[in-house]
Amino acid sequence: MSTETHQEDCALGEPFLELRCIHKHFGAIQAVKSVSFTISPGEVIGLMGDNGAGKSTLVNIMAGNYPPSGGEIYMEGKRVHFSKPVHARKNGIEVVYQDLALCDHLSAAHNVFLGQELKKGFGPFRILDSETMYTVAGDLFRELKSETRPRDLVREMSGGQRQAVAIARTRLNSARLILMDEPTAAISVRQVSEVMELIKRLQHDGIAVLLISHRMPDVFAVSERIIVLRRGQIVADKPIACSSPEEVTGLITGAIERA
Amino acid sequence: MVDSAVITEEVQKQGSTLLQRLLRRQALWVTVALIVICILMGFLSDSFATVENFSNVTLNFSFIGIIAVGMTAVIITRGIDLSVGSVMGLSGVVCGLVLASGAPIEAGIAAGLLSALACGAVNGYLIAFLNLSPFVVTLGMLSIARSLALVVSNNKMFYEFGPDEDIFVEMGGGSLLGVSNPTWALLILALIFGFMLNFTAWGRHVIAVGSNEQAARLTGVPVKAVKMSVYLLSSLTAGISAIMIVGWMGAVTNALGMTYELRVIASAVIGGADLMGGVGSAFGAVIGAALIEIIRNGLLMAGVDPYWQGAFIGIFIILAVLLERIRHRREE
Repeated sequence: MSTETHQEDCALGEPFLELRCIHKHFGAIQAVKSVSFTISPGEVIGLMGDNGAGKSTLVNIMAGNYPPSGGEIYMEGKRVHFSKPVHARKNGIEVVYQDLALCDHLSAAHNVFLGQELKKGFGPFRILDSETMYTVAGDLFRELKSETRPRDLVREMSGGQRQAVAIARTRLNSARLILMDEPTAAISVRQVSEVMELIKRLQHDGIAVLLISHRMPDVFAVSERIIVLRRGQIVADKPIACSSPEEVTGLITGAIERA
Repeated sequence: MVDSAVITEEVQKQGSTLLQRLLRRQALWVTVALIVICILMGFLSDSFATVENFSNVTLNFSFIGIIAVGMTAVIITRGIDLSVGSVMGLSGVVCGLVLASGAPIEAGIAAGLLSALACGAVNGYLIAFLNLSPFVVTLGMLSIARSLALVVSNNKMFYEFGPDEDIFVEMGGGSLLGVSNPTWALLILALIFGFMLNFTAWGRHVIAVGSNEQAARLTGVPVKAVKMSVYLLSSLTAGISAIMIVGWMGAVTNALGMTYELRVIASAVIGGADLMGGVGSAFGAVIGAALIEIIRNGLLMAGVDPYWQGAFIGIFIILAVLLERIRHRREE
Protein backbone atom coordinates (compact mmCIF):
# COMPACT_ATOMS: atom_id res chain seq x y z
CA MET A 1 0.00 0.00 0.00
CA SER A 2 2.67 2.44 1.01
CA THR A 3 5.13 1.47 -1.67
CA GLU A 4 3.17 2.33 -4.77
CA THR A 5 5.55 3.86 -7.18
CA HIS A 6 3.44 5.07 -10.04
CA GLN A 7 1.32 7.85 -8.76
CA GLU A 8 0.12 8.56 -12.28
CA ASP A 9 -1.40 5.09 -12.41
CA CYS A 10 -3.14 5.66 -9.12
CA ALA A 11 -4.81 8.73 -10.47
CA LEU A 12 -6.56 6.56 -13.05
CA GLY A 13 -8.58 4.84 -10.30
CA GLU A 14 -11.48 6.77 -8.90
CA PRO A 15 -10.14 9.52 -6.65
CA PHE A 16 -11.57 9.86 -3.17
CA LEU A 17 -11.76 13.62 -3.42
CA GLU A 18 -11.57 15.88 -6.41
CA LEU A 19 -11.37 19.67 -6.43
CA ARG A 20 -12.24 21.35 -9.72
CA CYS A 21 -11.39 24.97 -10.37
CA ILE A 22 -11.84 26.05 -6.77
CA HIS A 23 -11.84 29.81 -6.26
CA LYS A 24 -12.09 31.77 -3.07
CA HIS A 25 -11.97 35.49 -2.60
CA PHE A 26 -12.39 37.61 0.48
CA GLY A 27 -13.59 40.95 -0.79
CA ALA A 28 -11.05 42.05 -3.35
CA ILE A 29 -8.43 39.56 -2.19
CA GLN A 30 -8.18 36.44 -4.32
CA ALA A 31 -6.98 33.82 -1.81
CA VAL A 32 -7.32 30.73 -4.00
CA LYS A 33 -7.35 30.80 -7.80
CA SER A 34 -8.58 27.96 -9.99
CA VAL A 35 -7.20 25.14 -7.89
CA SER A 36 -7.80 21.59 -9.12
CA PHE A 37 -6.38 18.36 -7.79
CA THR A 38 -7.40 14.89 -6.73
CA ILE A 39 -6.68 12.79 -3.68
CA SER A 40 -6.73 9.00 -3.95
CA PRO A 41 -7.51 6.65 -1.07
CA GLY A 42 -4.51 6.10 1.19
CA GLU A 43 -2.42 8.75 -0.47
CA VAL A 44 -0.17 11.04 1.54
CA ILE A 45 0.20 14.43 -0.06
CA GLY A 46 2.36 17.28 1.12
CA LEU A 47 0.87 20.73 0.59
CA MET A 48 3.47 23.46 0.75
CA GLY A 49 3.57 27.17 0.20
CA ASP A 50 4.64 30.41 1.74
CA ASN A 51 2.54 32.29 4.29
CA GLY A 52 -0.49 33.66 2.53
CA ALA A 53 -0.17 31.26 -0.40
CA GLY A 54 -3.68 29.99 0.30
CA LYS A 55 -2.95 26.72 2.13
CA SER A 56 -5.18 27.41 5.11
CA THR A 57 -7.97 28.77 2.91
CA LEU A 58 -7.88 25.56 0.89
CA VAL A 59 -7.99 23.43 4.03
CA ASN A 60 -10.92 25.45 5.35
CA ILE A 61 -12.80 24.92 2.10
CA MET A 62 -12.22 21.15 2.19
CA ALA A 63 -13.20 21.06 5.88
CA GLY A 64 -16.50 22.86 5.29
CA ASN A 65 -15.56 26.02 7.16
CA TYR A 66 -15.72 28.33 4.12
CA PRO A 67 -17.90 27.81 1.09
CA PRO A 68 -15.80 28.26 -2.07
CA SER A 69 -16.58 31.34 -4.18
CA GLY A 70 -16.47 29.13 -7.26
CA GLY A 71 -15.61 25.62 -8.42
CA GLU A 72 -16.80 22.17 -7.51
CA ILE A 73 -15.90 19.43 -5.04
CA TYR A 74 -16.53 15.79 -5.87
CA MET A 75 -16.29 12.82 -3.57
CA GLU A 76 -16.02 9.48 -5.31
CA GLY A 77 -17.51 11.07 -8.40
CA LYS A 78 -20.42 12.72 -6.64
CA ARG A 79 -20.74 16.48 -6.27
CA VAL A 80 -20.76 17.57 -2.63
CA HIS A 81 -21.37 20.85 -0.79
CA PHE A 82 -19.96 21.37 2.66
CA SER A 83 -21.59 24.27 4.42
CA LYS A 84 -20.65 23.13 7.93
CA PRO A 85 -17.67 21.23 9.36
CA VAL A 86 -20.08 18.47 10.33
CA HIS A 87 -20.89 17.82 6.66
CA ALA A 88 -17.25 17.24 5.82
CA ARG A 89 -16.91 14.93 8.83
CA LYS A 90 -19.95 12.91 7.75
CA ASN A 91 -18.28 12.45 4.38
CA GLY A 92 -15.15 11.05 5.97
CA ILE A 93 -12.98 14.17 6.08
CA GLU A 94 -11.39 15.03 9.42
CA VAL A 95 -9.17 17.97 10.25
CA VAL A 96 -6.39 18.49 12.75
CA TYR A 97 -6.29 22.25 13.12
CA GLN A 98 -3.12 24.20 13.67
CA ASP A 99 -4.36 25.45 17.05
CA LEU A 100 -5.76 21.94 17.63
CA ALA A 101 -9.25 23.22 18.53
CA LEU A 102 -9.20 21.84 22.08
CA CYS A 103 -11.12 22.95 25.14
CA ASP A 104 -8.73 23.49 28.04
CA HIS A 105 -11.35 22.94 30.71
CA LEU A 106 -12.47 19.50 29.53
CA SER A 107 -10.70 16.19 30.01
CA ALA A 108 -8.75 14.58 27.17
CA ALA A 109 -11.48 12.00 26.61
CA HIS A 110 -14.27 14.58 26.56
CA ASN A 111 -12.28 16.59 24.04
CA VAL A 112 -11.87 13.54 21.82
CA PHE A 113 -15.64 13.00 21.89
CA LEU A 114 -16.62 16.68 21.81
CA GLY A 115 -19.71 17.15 19.65
CA GLN A 116 -20.21 13.38 19.32
CA GLU A 117 -20.42 12.24 22.93
CA LEU A 118 -21.31 8.67 23.78
CA LYS A 119 -24.53 8.40 25.72
CA LYS A 120 -26.44 5.72 27.53
CA GLY A 121 -30.06 5.42 28.63
CA PHE A 122 -32.93 6.34 26.40
CA GLY A 123 -35.29 9.14 25.51
CA PRO A 124 -34.81 12.40 27.37
CA PHE A 125 -32.83 10.59 30.07
CA ARG A 126 -29.74 9.96 28.00
CA ILE A 127 -26.68 10.69 30.03
CA LEU A 128 -23.00 10.72 29.13
CA ASP A 129 -21.25 7.39 29.10
CA SER A 130 -18.02 8.81 30.45
CA GLU A 131 -16.56 5.43 31.48
CA THR A 132 -16.71 4.12 27.92
CA MET A 133 -15.34 7.39 26.59
CA TYR A 134 -12.39 7.15 28.98
CA THR A 135 -11.74 3.57 27.87
CA VAL A 136 -12.00 4.27 24.14
CA ALA A 137 -9.90 7.43 24.39
CA GLY A 138 -7.32 5.52 26.45
CA ASP A 139 -7.12 2.86 23.73
CA LEU A 140 -6.70 5.52 21.06
CA PHE A 141 -3.88 7.20 22.98
CA ARG A 142 -2.18 3.86 23.45
CA GLU A 143 -2.51 3.19 19.73
CA LEU A 144 -0.84 6.54 19.13
CA LYS A 145 1.85 5.55 21.63
CA SER A 146 1.05 8.63 23.66
CA GLU A 147 1.23 8.90 27.43
CA THR A 148 -1.88 11.05 27.51
CA ARG A 149 -4.27 10.06 30.29
CA PRO A 150 -7.93 10.30 29.29
CA ARG A 151 -9.10 11.85 32.57
CA ASP A 152 -6.58 14.68 32.67
CA LEU A 153 -7.69 18.16 31.77
CA VAL A 154 -6.21 19.39 28.49
CA ARG A 155 -5.11 22.55 30.33
CA GLU A 156 -2.49 20.49 32.18
CA MET A 157 -1.00 18.85 29.09
CA SER A 158 2.20 19.20 27.08
CA GLY A 159 2.22 20.12 23.39
CA GLY A 160 2.69 16.51 22.31
CA GLN A 161 -0.14 15.26 24.49
CA ARG A 162 -2.44 17.94 23.13
CA GLN A 163 -1.46 16.88 19.62
CA ALA A 164 -2.37 13.30 20.48
CA VAL A 165 -5.80 14.41 21.69
CA ALA A 166 -6.43 16.29 18.44
CA ILE A 167 -5.31 13.34 16.33
CA ALA A 168 -7.20 10.79 18.42
CA ARG A 169 -10.35 12.76 17.67
CA THR A 170 -9.95 12.08 13.94
CA ARG A 171 -9.75 8.34 14.62
CA LEU A 172 -13.22 8.11 16.16
CA ASN A 173 -15.07 8.17 12.90
CA SER A 174 -14.08 6.11 9.94
CA ALA A 175 -12.17 9.00 8.44
CA ARG A 176 -10.91 8.47 4.89
CA LEU A 177 -9.04 11.72 4.54
CA ILE A 178 -7.30 13.63 7.29
CA LEU A 179 -6.23 17.20 6.72
CA MET A 180 -3.34 18.12 8.99
CA ASP A 181 -2.61 21.81 9.29
CA GLU A 182 0.97 22.27 10.53
CA PRO A 183 0.83 19.26 12.88
CA THR A 184 4.49 19.58 13.81
CA ALA A 185 4.71 23.34 14.25
CA ALA A 186 4.55 23.43 18.03
CA ILE A 187 6.11 20.19 19.23
CA SER A 188 9.51 18.78 20.08
CA VAL A 189 11.73 16.82 17.70
CA ARG A 190 10.95 13.48 19.36
CA GLN A 191 7.26 14.20 19.07
CA VAL A 192 7.68 15.09 15.40
CA SER A 193 8.87 11.60 14.62
CA GLU A 194 5.86 10.27 16.53
CA VAL A 195 3.55 12.27 14.33
CA MET A 196 5.41 11.04 11.22
CA GLU A 197 4.99 7.45 12.41
CA LEU A 198 1.33 8.14 12.95
CA ILE A 199 0.88 9.44 9.42
CA LYS A 200 2.49 6.28 8.07
CA ARG A 201 0.13 4.19 10.17
CA LEU A 202 -2.86 6.11 8.86
CA GLN A 203 -1.66 5.52 5.32
CA HIS A 204 -1.23 1.83 6.07
CA ASP A 205 -4.90 1.75 7.09
CA GLY A 206 -5.86 3.21 3.74
CA ILE A 207 -6.50 6.71 5.06
CA ALA A 208 -5.41 9.58 2.87
CA VAL A 209 -3.51 12.43 4.53
CA LEU A 210 -3.04 15.96 3.29
CA LEU A 211 -0.07 17.30 5.22
CA ILE A 212 0.22 21.06 5.31
CA SER A 213 3.64 21.96 6.62
CA HIS A 214 6.45 24.45 6.50
CA ARG A 215 8.96 21.79 7.37
CA MET A 216 10.56 20.37 4.27
CA PRO A 217 12.04 17.25 6.00
CA ASP A 218 8.63 16.25 7.35
CA VAL A 219 6.97 16.53 3.98
CA PHE A 220 9.73 14.58 2.22
CA ALA A 221 9.74 11.90 4.93
CA VAL A 222 6.17 10.77 4.49
CA SER A 223 4.60 12.20 1.34
CA GLU A 224 4.17 10.40 -1.95
CA ARG A 225 3.13 13.47 -3.82
CA ILE A 226 3.70 17.15 -3.37
CA ILE A 227 1.54 20.12 -4.25
CA VAL A 228 3.01 23.60 -4.11
CA LEU A 229 0.84 26.69 -3.88
CA ARG A 230 2.01 30.18 -4.72
CA ARG A 231 -0.28 33.20 -4.57
CA GLY A 232 -3.35 31.02 -4.53
CA GLN A 233 -2.39 28.92 -7.51
CA ILE A 234 -0.93 25.45 -7.89
CA VAL A 235 2.56 25.72 -9.35
CA ALA A 236 3.51 22.06 -8.94
CA ASP A 237 1.67 18.77 -8.42
CA LYS A 238 4.03 15.84 -8.86
CA PRO A 239 5.32 12.63 -7.25
CA ILE A 240 7.78 13.47 -4.55
CA ALA A 241 10.32 11.08 -6.10
CA CYS A 242 10.51 13.40 -9.09
CA SER A 243 11.16 16.46 -6.98
CA SER A 244 13.74 17.68 -4.50
CA PRO A 245 13.80 20.05 -1.55
CA GLU A 246 15.75 22.52 -3.69
CA GLU A 247 13.13 22.49 -6.40
CA VAL A 248 10.31 22.88 -3.89
CA THR A 249 12.05 25.82 -2.24
CA GLY A 250 12.40 27.44 -5.63
CA LEU A 251 8.73 26.83 -6.37
CA ILE A 252 7.63 28.27 -3.06
CA THR A 253 9.65 31.44 -3.44
CA GLY A 254 8.99 31.86 -7.13
CA ALA A 255 12.57 31.31 -8.24
CA ILE A 256 11.18 28.43 -10.29
CA GLU A 257 8.01 29.46 -12.11
CA ARG A 258 6.32 26.09 -12.47
CA ALA A 259 7.18 22.38 -12.38
CA MET B 1 0.77 -7.73 30.06
CA VAL B 2 -0.18 -5.32 32.78
CA ASP B 3 1.30 -6.02 36.17
CA SER B 4 -0.28 -4.89 39.40
CA ALA B 5 2.52 -2.47 40.26
CA VAL B 6 1.73 -0.43 37.18
CA ILE B 7 -1.92 -0.43 38.09
CA THR B 8 -1.37 0.79 41.64
CA GLU B 9 0.97 3.44 40.35
CA GLU B 10 -1.68 4.47 37.89
CA VAL B 11 -4.29 4.57 40.63
CA GLN B 12 -2.04 6.64 42.86
CA LYS B 13 -1.42 9.07 40.05
CA GLN B 14 -5.13 9.40 39.42
CA GLY B 15 -5.79 9.69 43.14
CA SER B 16 -3.34 12.51 43.64
CA THR B 17 -4.66 14.42 40.68
CA LEU B 18 -8.18 13.97 42.02
CA LEU B 19 -7.13 15.47 45.35
CA GLN B 20 -5.23 18.24 43.58
CA ARG B 21 -8.23 18.93 41.42
CA LEU B 22 -10.44 19.16 44.49
CA LEU B 23 -8.02 21.50 46.24
CA ARG B 24 -7.95 23.69 43.18
CA ARG B 25 -11.68 24.22 43.30
CA GLN B 26 -12.61 27.61 44.63
CA ALA B 27 -15.95 26.31 45.95
CA LEU B 28 -14.04 24.13 48.42
CA TRP B 29 -12.12 27.07 49.84
CA VAL B 30 -15.25 29.17 50.04
CA THR B 31 -16.89 26.34 51.99
CA VAL B 32 -13.97 26.33 54.40
CA ALA B 33 -14.24 30.12 54.76
CA LEU B 34 -17.96 29.76 55.35
CA ILE B 35 -17.46 27.23 58.14
CA VAL B 36 -14.73 29.32 59.79
CA ILE B 37 -16.91 32.44 59.72
CA CYS B 38 -19.84 30.48 61.16
CA ILE B 39 -17.71 29.15 64.03
CA LEU B 40 -16.28 32.61 64.74
CA MET B 41 -19.71 34.18 64.72
CA GLY B 42 -21.02 31.44 66.98
CA PHE B 43 -18.49 32.54 69.60
CA LEU B 44 -19.02 36.26 69.07
CA SER B 45 -22.80 36.35 69.10
CA ASP B 46 -25.30 34.36 71.13
CA SER B 47 -28.11 34.87 68.64
CA PHE B 48 -26.07 33.75 65.59
CA ALA B 49 -26.03 29.99 66.11
CA THR B 50 -29.76 29.67 66.69
CA VAL B 51 -32.24 27.66 64.65
CA GLU B 52 -34.22 30.81 64.02
CA ASN B 53 -31.27 32.76 62.63
CA PHE B 54 -30.15 29.77 60.60
CA SER B 55 -33.50 29.42 58.86
CA ASN B 56 -33.60 33.19 58.36
CA VAL B 57 -30.20 33.14 56.68
CA THR B 58 -30.94 30.13 54.47
CA LEU B 59 -34.23 31.67 53.38
CA ASN B 60 -32.49 34.94 52.51
CA PHE B 61 -29.83 33.38 50.36
CA SER B 62 -32.19 30.94 48.68
CA PHE B 63 -33.80 33.63 46.51
CA ILE B 64 -30.38 34.84 45.36
CA GLY B 65 -28.97 31.31 45.11
CA ILE B 66 -31.73 30.12 42.78
CA ILE B 67 -30.78 32.80 40.25
CA ALA B 68 -27.07 32.25 40.88
CA VAL B 69 -27.51 28.70 39.55
CA GLY B 70 -28.79 30.05 36.24
CA MET B 71 -26.15 32.77 36.24
CA THR B 72 -23.42 30.20 36.71
CA ALA B 73 -24.49 28.48 33.49
CA VAL B 74 -24.29 31.81 31.65
CA ILE B 75 -20.89 32.66 33.13
CA ILE B 76 -19.47 29.23 32.20
CA THR B 77 -20.21 30.05 28.55
CA ARG B 78 -18.21 33.24 29.03
CA GLY B 79 -21.35 35.33 29.09
CA ILE B 80 -23.06 37.53 31.65
CA ASP B 81 -26.69 38.27 32.40
CA LEU B 82 -27.21 41.70 33.93
CA SER B 83 -30.96 41.60 33.42
CA VAL B 84 -31.91 39.01 36.08
CA GLY B 85 -32.97 41.58 38.71
CA SER B 86 -35.27 43.38 36.29
CA VAL B 87 -36.58 40.12 34.84
CA MET B 88 -37.38 39.08 38.38
CA GLY B 89 -39.30 42.35 38.84
CA LEU B 90 -41.27 41.91 35.62
CA SER B 91 -41.99 38.27 36.30
CA GLY B 92 -43.18 39.00 39.85
CA VAL B 93 -45.41 41.86 38.76
CA VAL B 94 -46.96 39.86 35.90
CA CYS B 95 -47.60 36.93 38.24
CA GLY B 96 -49.11 39.27 40.87
CA LEU B 97 -51.27 41.06 38.30
CA VAL B 98 -52.69 37.83 36.87
CA LEU B 99 -53.42 36.43 40.33
CA ALA B 100 -54.97 39.71 41.51
CA SER B 101 -57.32 39.58 38.55
CA GLY B 102 -58.80 36.42 40.06
CA ALA B 103 -57.03 33.83 37.91
CA PRO B 104 -56.09 30.42 39.36
CA ILE B 105 -52.59 29.90 40.70
CA GLU B 106 -51.44 27.87 37.68
CA ALA B 107 -52.23 30.79 35.38
CA GLY B 108 -50.35 33.23 37.62
CA ILE B 109 -47.26 31.05 37.79
CA ALA B 110 -47.34 30.30 34.06
CA ALA B 111 -47.68 33.99 33.24
CA GLY B 112 -44.78 34.87 35.54
CA LEU B 113 -42.49 32.19 34.14
CA LEU B 114 -43.44 32.88 30.52
CA SER B 115 -42.71 36.59 30.86
CA ALA B 116 -39.30 35.70 32.29
CA LEU B 117 -38.64 33.19 29.50
CA ALA B 118 -39.63 35.78 26.91
CA CYS B 119 -36.91 38.10 28.23
CA GLY B 120 -34.43 35.20 28.18
CA ALA B 121 -35.40 34.32 24.62
CA VAL B 122 -34.75 37.87 23.45
CA ASN B 123 -31.39 37.95 25.27
CA GLY B 124 -30.43 34.55 23.91
CA TYR B 125 -31.47 35.30 20.35
CA LEU B 126 -29.53 38.56 20.18
CA ILE B 127 -26.44 37.03 21.78
CA ALA B 128 -26.40 33.62 20.06
CA PHE B 129 -27.70 34.42 16.61
CA LEU B 130 -26.75 38.05 16.07
CA ASN B 131 -23.47 37.77 17.98
CA LEU B 132 -24.10 40.85 20.09
CA SER B 133 -22.14 41.30 23.29
CA PRO B 134 -23.88 39.70 26.30
CA PHE B 135 -22.97 42.70 28.44
CA VAL B 136 -24.71 45.20 26.19
CA VAL B 137 -27.75 43.05 25.37
CA THR B 138 -28.51 42.18 28.99
CA LEU B 139 -27.81 45.76 30.11
CA GLY B 140 -30.47 46.82 27.62
CA MET B 141 -32.81 44.14 28.94
CA LEU B 142 -32.13 45.35 32.50
CA SER B 143 -33.65 48.67 31.48
CA ILE B 144 -36.42 47.25 29.29
CA ALA B 145 -37.72 44.66 31.76
CA ARG B 146 -37.74 47.16 34.62
CA SER B 147 -39.62 49.64 32.50
CA LEU B 148 -42.11 46.94 31.44
CA ALA B 149 -42.64 46.07 35.10
CA LEU B 150 -43.59 49.72 35.68
CA VAL B 151 -45.88 49.77 32.66
CA VAL B 152 -47.61 46.50 33.56
CA SER B 153 -48.07 47.39 37.22
CA ASN B 154 -48.88 51.03 36.54
CA ASN B 155 -46.83 51.64 39.68
CA LYS B 156 -49.36 49.81 41.85
CA MET B 157 -48.67 47.25 44.54
CA PHE B 158 -50.36 43.85 44.38
CA TYR B 159 -51.11 42.11 47.67
CA GLU B 160 -54.28 40.16 46.92
CA PHE B 161 -53.64 37.00 45.02
CA GLY B 162 -57.08 35.73 44.08
CA PRO B 163 -58.81 32.43 44.89
CA ASP B 164 -55.60 30.43 45.43
CA GLU B 165 -53.91 33.03 47.63
CA ASP B 166 -53.37 30.57 50.48
CA ILE B 167 -51.55 28.07 48.30
CA PHE B 168 -49.50 30.81 46.64
CA VAL B 169 -48.39 32.34 49.93
CA GLU B 170 -47.67 28.91 51.38
CA MET B 171 -45.54 28.03 48.35
CA GLY B 172 -43.13 30.89 48.92
CA GLY B 173 -43.48 31.37 52.68
CA GLY B 174 -44.07 27.83 53.93
CA SER B 175 -41.66 25.11 54.85
CA LEU B 176 -41.31 21.36 54.73
CA LEU B 177 -39.46 19.29 57.36
CA GLY B 178 -38.22 22.51 58.92
CA VAL B 179 -36.65 23.75 55.68
CA SER B 180 -38.29 26.67 53.90
CA ASN B 181 -39.76 26.03 50.47
CA PRO B 182 -37.45 28.44 48.61
CA THR B 183 -34.48 26.56 50.11
CA TRP B 184 -35.95 23.30 48.81
CA ALA B 185 -36.34 24.93 45.42
CA LEU B 186 -32.71 26.02 45.52
CA LEU B 187 -31.47 22.56 46.50
CA ILE B 188 -33.53 20.81 43.83
CA LEU B 189 -32.46 23.30 41.14
CA ALA B 190 -28.81 23.04 42.13
CA LEU B 191 -28.97 19.24 42.06
CA ILE B 192 -30.61 19.21 38.64
CA PHE B 193 -28.13 21.73 37.26
CA GLY B 194 -25.17 19.91 38.79
CA PHE B 195 -26.37 16.68 37.23
CA MET B 196 -26.92 18.29 33.82
CA LEU B 197 -23.52 19.96 33.90
CA ASN B 198 -21.61 16.79 34.74
CA PHE B 199 -23.60 13.98 33.20
CA THR B 200 -25.15 15.26 30.00
CA ALA B 201 -23.76 16.30 26.63
CA TRP B 202 -25.41 19.68 27.19
CA GLY B 203 -23.20 20.20 30.25
CA ARG B 204 -20.02 19.36 28.33
CA HIS B 205 -21.13 21.71 25.55
CA VAL B 206 -21.75 24.57 27.97
CA ILE B 207 -18.19 24.19 29.25
CA ALA B 208 -16.80 23.77 25.72
CA VAL B 209 -18.45 26.97 24.49
CA GLY B 210 -16.93 28.95 27.36
CA SER B 211 -13.56 27.23 27.12
CA ASN B 212 -12.96 27.57 23.37
CA GLU B 213 -15.94 28.65 21.31
CA GLN B 214 -14.14 28.21 18.00
CA ALA B 215 -13.14 24.65 18.87
CA ALA B 216 -16.68 23.89 19.96
CA ARG B 217 -18.03 25.16 16.66
CA LEU B 218 -15.48 23.21 14.60
CA THR B 219 -16.22 19.95 16.40
CA GLY B 220 -19.93 20.27 15.74
CA VAL B 221 -21.18 21.54 19.12
CA PRO B 222 -24.45 23.46 18.51
CA VAL B 223 -22.96 26.67 19.90
CA LYS B 224 -25.97 28.88 19.14
CA ALA B 225 -28.45 26.52 20.78
CA VAL B 226 -26.20 26.16 23.82
CA LYS B 227 -25.97 29.94 24.25
CA MET B 228 -29.72 30.31 23.79
CA SER B 229 -30.33 27.65 26.44
CA VAL B 230 -28.23 29.30 29.13
CA TYR B 231 -29.95 32.69 28.79
CA LEU B 232 -33.33 30.94 28.90
CA LEU B 233 -32.21 29.08 32.01
CA SER B 234 -30.96 32.24 33.65
CA SER B 235 -34.27 34.03 33.06
CA LEU B 236 -36.25 30.99 34.15
CA THR B 237 -34.42 30.89 37.49
CA ALA B 238 -35.13 34.64 37.89
CA GLY B 239 -38.83 33.87 37.29
CA ILE B 240 -38.88 30.99 39.78
CA SER B 241 -37.18 33.14 42.40
CA ALA B 242 -39.62 35.98 41.72
CA ILE B 243 -42.70 33.81 42.21
CA MET B 244 -41.37 32.37 45.45
CA ILE B 245 -40.31 35.73 46.87
CA VAL B 246 -43.67 37.31 46.04
CA GLY B 247 -45.45 34.47 47.87
CA TRP B 248 -43.11 34.86 50.83
CA MET B 249 -43.50 38.65 51.03
CA GLY B 250 -47.21 38.51 50.33
CA ALA B 251 -46.95 41.55 48.08
CA VAL B 252 -45.16 42.71 44.97
CA THR B 253 -44.14 46.08 43.57
CA ASN B 254 -42.23 46.93 40.41
CA ALA B 255 -39.11 47.51 42.52
CA LEU B 256 -38.79 43.75 43.12
CA GLY B 257 -35.30 42.46 42.41
CA MET B 258 -33.73 45.90 42.03
CA THR B 259 -29.89 45.54 42.08
CA TYR B 260 -30.20 41.78 42.68
CA GLU B 261 -28.04 41.17 39.60
CA LEU B 262 -25.02 42.35 41.55
CA ARG B 263 -25.55 39.93 44.41
CA VAL B 264 -26.34 37.11 42.00
CA ILE B 265 -23.21 37.66 39.93
CA ALA B 266 -21.18 38.06 43.12
CA SER B 267 -22.52 34.72 44.40
CA ALA B 268 -21.61 32.91 41.20
CA VAL B 269 -18.13 34.45 41.05
CA ILE B 270 -17.36 33.88 44.74
CA GLY B 271 -18.53 30.29 44.21
CA GLY B 272 -15.83 29.83 41.59
CA ALA B 273 -17.53 30.64 38.28
CA ASP B 274 -14.82 32.13 36.06
CA LEU B 275 -15.85 35.17 34.03
CA MET B 276 -13.25 34.05 31.45
CA GLY B 277 -15.42 31.01 30.81
CA GLY B 278 -15.18 27.24 31.14
CA VAL B 279 -15.35 27.01 34.94
CA GLY B 280 -18.20 26.96 37.44
CA SER B 281 -20.39 24.62 39.46
CA ALA B 282 -23.88 24.35 40.89
CA PHE B 283 -22.45 23.79 44.36
CA GLY B 284 -20.36 26.94 43.95
CA ALA B 285 -23.43 29.03 43.16
CA VAL B 286 -25.15 27.86 46.34
CA ILE B 287 -22.10 28.24 48.54
CA GLY B 288 -21.27 31.68 47.09
CA ALA B 289 -24.79 32.93 47.85
CA ALA B 290 -24.53 31.44 51.34
CA LEU B 291 -21.21 33.17 52.04
CA ILE B 292 -22.52 36.59 51.07
CA GLU B 293 -25.59 36.18 53.26
CA ILE B 294 -23.57 34.87 56.22
CA ILE B 295 -21.27 37.87 55.99
CA ARG B 296 -24.22 40.25 55.84
CA ASN B 297 -25.90 38.52 58.74
CA GLY B 298 -22.71 38.25 60.73
CA LEU B 299 -21.89 41.94 60.35
CA LEU B 300 -25.40 42.80 61.42
CA MET B 301 -25.14 40.56 64.49
CA ALA B 302 -21.75 41.98 65.33
CA GLY B 303 -23.35 45.39 65.45
CA VAL B 304 -21.55 46.80 62.40
CA ASP B 305 -23.36 49.74 60.80
CA PRO B 306 -25.40 48.21 57.93
CA TYR B 307 -24.14 50.98 55.64
CA TRP B 308 -20.85 49.08 55.55
CA GLN B 309 -22.37 45.88 54.15
CA GLY B 310 -21.88 46.80 50.51
CA ALA B 311 -18.20 47.55 51.11
CA PHE B 312 -17.57 44.18 52.75
CA ILE B 313 -19.39 42.24 50.04
CA GLY B 314 -17.50 44.18 47.39
CA ILE B 315 -14.19 43.33 49.03
CA PHE B 316 -15.12 39.65 49.05
CA ILE B 317 -15.96 39.70 45.33
CA ILE B 318 -12.62 41.29 44.48
CA LEU B 319 -10.75 38.90 46.79
CA ALA B 320 -12.39 35.91 45.13
CA VAL B 321 -11.33 37.03 41.66
CA LEU B 322 -7.87 37.99 42.89
CA LEU B 323 -7.30 34.56 44.47
CA GLU B 324 -8.38 32.93 41.22
CA ARG B 325 -5.84 35.02 39.26
CA ILE B 326 -3.02 34.27 41.67
CA ARG B 327 -3.73 30.56 41.48
CA HIS B 328 -3.79 30.63 37.68
CA ARG B 329 -0.47 32.42 37.59
CA ARG B 330 1.13 29.88 39.89
CA GLU B 331 -0.12 27.06 37.65
CA GLU B 332 1.52 28.63 34.64
